[in-house]
Amino acid sequence: MIRPGAAPTHTQKSQRFGWSYKLLWIAPLLFLALFYFYPLGSILKVSLARQQDGLLAALTSTYIRNILSFTFTQAALSTLLTLGVGLPGAYLLARFDFPGKGTLRALTAIPFVLPTIVVATAFDALLGPQGWVNSALMTTFGLETAPINFMHTLAAILIAHVFYNTTIVLRMVGDFWSHIDPSIQSAARMLGASPLKTLWHITLPMLTPVILAAALLIFIFDFTSFGVVLILGGPQFATLEVEIYYQAISLFNLPMAASLSILQLLFTLGLTIAYTRLAARVTRPIKLRPRTYTQRRLQGRQKIVAAIILFTLLVLLVAPMGALAARSFVQLKPERGQSGQANYGATLDFYTALADNPRNALFYASPLEAIRNSIAYALITVMISLALGLPAAWALAHDQQSRLNKILDPLLLLPVGTSAVTLGLGFIIALGRPPLDLRSSVLLIPLAHSLVAFPFVVRSLTPALRSIRPRLRQAAQMLGATPAAALRAIDLPLVGRSVLVAATFAFAISMGEFGATVIIARPEYPTLPMVIYRFLSRPGGVNYGQAMALSTILMLVTGGGIMLIERMRVADVGEF
Amino acid sequence: MNKWSLIFLFPLLLLSSCSCTTEKSPETQVLRVMSHNSFNVSEEFVQQFEAEYDVEVQFLKSGDSGTALNRAILAADNPLADVFFGVDNTFLSRALDENIFEAYDSDMLAMIDSSFRLDPENRAIPIDYADVCLNYDRTYFTGHDLAPPQSLQDLLKPEYRGLLVVENPAMSSPGLAFLFATIGHFGSDGYLAYWQELVANDVLIVNDWESAYYTEFSLWGGERPLVLSYSSSPPFEYIYAEEPLEEPPSASISNDHTCFRQIEFAGILKGTAVRELAEAWIDSMLSTRFQSEMPLNMAVFPVNPDAEIDPAFKAFLDTPQVPVTLDPADIAAHREEWIQAWTETVLR
Repeated sequence: MIRPGAAPTHTQKSQRFGWSYKLLWIAPLLFLALFYFYPLGSILKVSLARQQDGLLAALTSTYIRNILSFTFTQAALSTLLTLGVGLPGAYLLARFDFPGKGTLRALTAIPFVLPTIVVATAFDALLGPQGWVNSALMTTFGLETAPINFMHTLAAILIAHVFYNTTIVLRMVGDFWSHIDPSIQSAARMLGASPLKTLWHITLPMLTPVILAAALLIFIFDFTSFGVVLILGGPQFATLEVEIYYQAISLFNLPMAASLSILQLLFTLGLTIAYTRLAARVTRPIKLRPRTYTQRRLQGRQKIVAAIILFTLLVLLVAPMGALAARSFVQLKPERGQSGQANYGATLDFYTALADNPRNALFYASPLEAIRNSIAYALITVMISLALGLPAAWALAHDQQSRLNKILDPLLLLPVGTSAVTLGLGFIIALGRPPLDLRSSVLLIPLAHSLVAFPFVVRSLTPALRSIRPRLRQAAQMLGATPAAALRAIDLPLVGRSVLVAATFAFAISMGEFGATVIIARPEYPTLPMVIYRFLSRPGGVNYGQAMALSTILMLVTGGGIMLIERMRVADVGEF
Repeated sequence: MNKWSLIFLFPLLLLSSCSCTTEKSPETQVLRVMSHNSFNVSEEFVQQFEAEYDVEVQFLKSGDSGTALNRAILAADNPLADVFFGVDNTFLSRALDENIFEAYDSDMLAMIDSSFRLDPENRAIPIDYADVCLNYDRTYFTGHDLAPPQSLQDLLKPEYRGLLVVENPAMSSPGLAFLFATIGHFGSDGYLAYWQELVANDVLIVNDWESAYYTEFSLWGGERPLVLSYSSSPPFEYIYAEEPLEEPPSASISNDHTCFRQIEFAGILKGTAVRELAEAWIDSMLSTRFQSEMPLNMAVFPVNPDAEIDPAFKAFLDTPQVPVTLDPADIAAHREEWIQAWTETVLR
């Protein structure tokens, strides 16, 4: 099955079509140049032009070294933990069919879109000093103080990262896994290999490229983590991104902020180059199969294993969301202030309150308007990032040996690893000249979201595209198919599933809050996360309750959106 | 392919259904007002202004107050807007050093108390103020038979050990105001010692107001009955209570020398093409009408002495008579140095 000899034929064929594949790069590169490299270059240039004494000394100080080492350590730990939780889940989703699977898939994707402050509130409702777990323990064991100290610890940072990113493993690895022919494993088992041996020698090698791709994305997300570290971690923790904000906004030390942004970029670039090298070495064409062919029903002992995996996912990913949703239906009675003595009452008031604008405030947005805005931005983001990501992924997959691809591949991931604070300031300087004064344009929001979504799309697509056996394409070409025709007839049906994964990511990224620090918002078109923040920034029970109610609506809309996207099968591999 | 074409059309449909794109006559001028995210105003007020001056007012929200100011500075040679609102006295020196405002000697300035007018050249025009004060959970203190602290010094007493949560001055605007309160109170040579004792008395420091208030304050999810917030927070707890209350569940400690007054300014951005409209907007922000709306819209207080504060708001408002003051020149000269020294002493 795994034939190392396949690579040379692959290259021969690509030479024949090399020229036209290069054309695929035009649109993605133009987009990156205009909305990424140009603004980033501008802000770095302006920042570094400001005089700052002792910049080099400050950069090489132990203070910065400690920040760098913490940033790296927490990202590495978070990534390992996320893989640890995600891979068994990916196995379950890939290999088995069970009732409620679609709902589970959608549920596990929702954390990805939640604003950090809302996630912090969710964890607080669950594990905080007055949270359910602590309250229960205190009542049961008659304790005076909360036994679990979770908020503002390293554990809170790590678990929040797992909460956010497990869906990346479930989707990227799970979907690829579901197309691997199980007969190979069955053959190994029949020849006497233990299940563990089969997993290690047969399954894992085939999954390595996609696991690496997922791990890289997760690592970069955790490495540039801002909100989670700031809100769940607290002042004693600082990542590079937090330090960049501190230098740029609090101290107005732009040269230092720019230098740290460059440092962060170099790290991302180094990692991505290492990944690209590694991925090229371990990727091999394999036989993809329709999911209906690979999936089994749960039987006997498998049910127990599945139950354990499901339970872990539910506790880690779904319980905090449940706690949050529950809070939006619960009213705190006035007798408060005594630990563990809060009185609760059920209410729908927060939802009804969302509909009125008692002060006739100009920037009031009804929940429906906010939902509409959020969905519109998200769909535009899906379109832009697919339109750019498909050609880029296709070009990458078709010719791994070309020098152009080797240079461009690592560059694509840079926007995810770039300081949002810095890039946001870059937009101000760079995108303000006619014909392109986009600084206050509504379009800037989906464009900024696409910058983050585009690399996700490329990363979700390339493993699947690369694994398509060249023989299929060669056959098509020998029969006279143009590259475009080959794409339509062979690649698209084969990777249809991955296109949907990519679309869900783009949708989720946009529904969440990633762009908020990057852009200038037109208050007439607020998104759901923007309105949630607005409520949470004022004291008062009704404000707090409405923020919880809107967060619940955000979860529902995102979950519903993801389920809808997944229903629309472009085509499964079975159609070929 | 039907469903695909539908997907491509859908977002366009959504956006075009926005009522907000109503076009005015082509001659209508546009006035662009840039602000931080907390800015708010009533619809009627803006409509009236637009009608009176035949202008379309466009608002741009640009992040938290520090981020918004940085954006205005970086766009100085190609301004994003005509008016900037929302630089406070903890950031004022940055705006004035970078010279982003045009001076405007508004006639309205005469009535404003001199304690608000921190820029003698009238580039930064005072619009509102807010008092950063400690708040306490009333039920906790009555329940524990404990008197709330009366001064900053009191916070070091053993009976308040582990009860206080404050915001990080390096990351949060009320946090910075509280740092300035301790500097004004204990002097630039004494504040670090005070903070070390606060840390020894188990103060909890978090990065943002939302975490302090909604996660750590015992009124909400937390265990600490003392929180750094605003004098306006108790009236908000009353007005926005889940069920009607007789009085707010929290109160502010507004004794002399415990609070820091944040004063917010607006300015006309250099290079505006509609200077007269920008002047009119600034004047309208100082008008009795706008100033009277501010407390409930933005939780800040008027600098215009004729403005009326809503009675519901006023009833439970405890305004500090003698806030801690700090010379603006001192803030300008030492701001970054103080923040860095605090960070090194308290966090590391």
